[in-house]
Amino acid sequence: MRFISEFRRSELAEGLISQIHRKSRTPARFMEFCGGHTVTIFRYGIRQVLPSTIEMVSGPGCPICVTANADLDKAIALSQIPDVIITTFGDMLKVPGSRSSLQQVKADGAQVHTVYSTMDALKMAEDNPDKSVVFLGIGFETTAPTIAASILQAEEKGMRNYYVLSLHKVCPPVIRALLDSGEVKLDGLICPGHVSAIIGSHPWEFIARDYGIPCVVSGFEPLDILQCVDMLVDQVENGESRVEIAYRRGVRPEGNQQALRLMEQVFEPSPAQWRGMGEVPDSGLKIRKKYQCFDAELAFDIEPGPTSEPVGCICGDILRGVKTPADCRLFGKACVPENPIGPCMVSSEGSCSAYYLYGGSFGG
Amino acid sequence: MCLAIPALIKYIEDKEAEVEIGGITRRISLWLTPEARAGDYVLVHTGYAINVLDQEQAEETLTLLRQIAELDEEEG
Repeated sequence: MRFISEFRRSELAEGLISQIHRKSRTPARFMEFCGGHTVTIFRYGIRQVLPSTIEMVSGPGCPICVTANADLDKAIALSQIPDVIITTFGDMLKVPGSRSSLQQVKADGAQVHTVYSTMDALKMAEDNPDKSVVFLGIGFETTAPTIAASILQAEEKGMRNYYVLSLHKVCPPVIRALLDSGEVKLDGLICPGHVSAIIGSHPWEFIARDYGIPCVVSGFEPLDILQCVDMLVDQVENGESRVEIAYRRGVRPEGNQQALRLMEQVFEPSPAQWRGMGEVPDSGLKIRKKYQCFDAELAFDIEPGPTSEPVGCICGDILRGVKTPADCRLFGKACVPENPIGPCMVSSEGSCSAYYLYGGSFGG
Repeated sequence: MCLAIPALIKYIEDKEAEVEIGGITRRISLWLTPEARAGDYVLVHTGYAINVLDQEQAEETLTLLRQIAELDEEEG
């Protein structure tokens, strides 16, 4: 497929791998923020082909994984309200909340539907005028503009039975929180490619400037990751820290202005709860007052009950990059993809799922 | 979850487009990329084009990677 197969060619990978081995002298720890990058790194065995000087750690960039149990409980409570249809991206279904999961309540008779796009959720609302259709707004800056667009489309059509539970999160504030915690020392950051397709590369500049950490925006094919690592190594060896884009076919420095405008029109910054990190200021997106008739949080009386965390699960520590799945005593025993206990095993982009499917060696 | 797939725009109708993704035809929204034209490749995420792919930049990246590979062969 165009723009995919060319970026998987092994002979070009070999050149990059040799170059990285030749250049890398200084021990360096690089974090891939994005769960999509984690999958590429594991699927193509990239950790194993890098020199011993480079250590890779996975970050918190999986929207499903970082959704707090309290927010999941809200979604589950919403599904119990009569005449409410929940629409959601598929990965959310199996994530266990405090007492149940969306999959469980669906099996028990709640109206929970998996959709590919908010366009499907809008269609469902049009087809069911006597029901209230709630879309679970989960995702980063890549997804939030598509959900903003759905609210604007609902407004344009005069729909009054479409709602969004806005649990969106934005990435730069959480990276700042992670770095300020001092728990993880990083020498380079692989910045998320499709978040950057929307926000551009400028929002990462504070990381290079204030924390002295080299940043490179990467695409999702194996050559993209290797090129990104090569560029990070260059910065490390030259003692530099700046923001560069390796994924130039997909990311412009200024981002997608139209998407940013729609996001700004519909949402405003708010604090958000992150699993493992607690509340992070300005890391969430709340629906603005002008569009509050679409806000599920205001439209329904949601009673999620008390929140509890699964005993023994260390997803929070894994998301902060301070522990790996191999450190978890549930991993691969009580917690497996067929019966996940923590969200990092549920989501196809979660670290535990990637370790379980492709891990083999847990080194580096 | 931020997965986005390159797709070729076949034709555009109002704010929607018919695209081809690996031989499969789909209808997507162009709300986020009003500048997209038939014949462009776009990155598709959850049914929306989130960016128009820059084909020149893709070629430049591949040329650079080929040069690195050739250099490696000469040195290797």
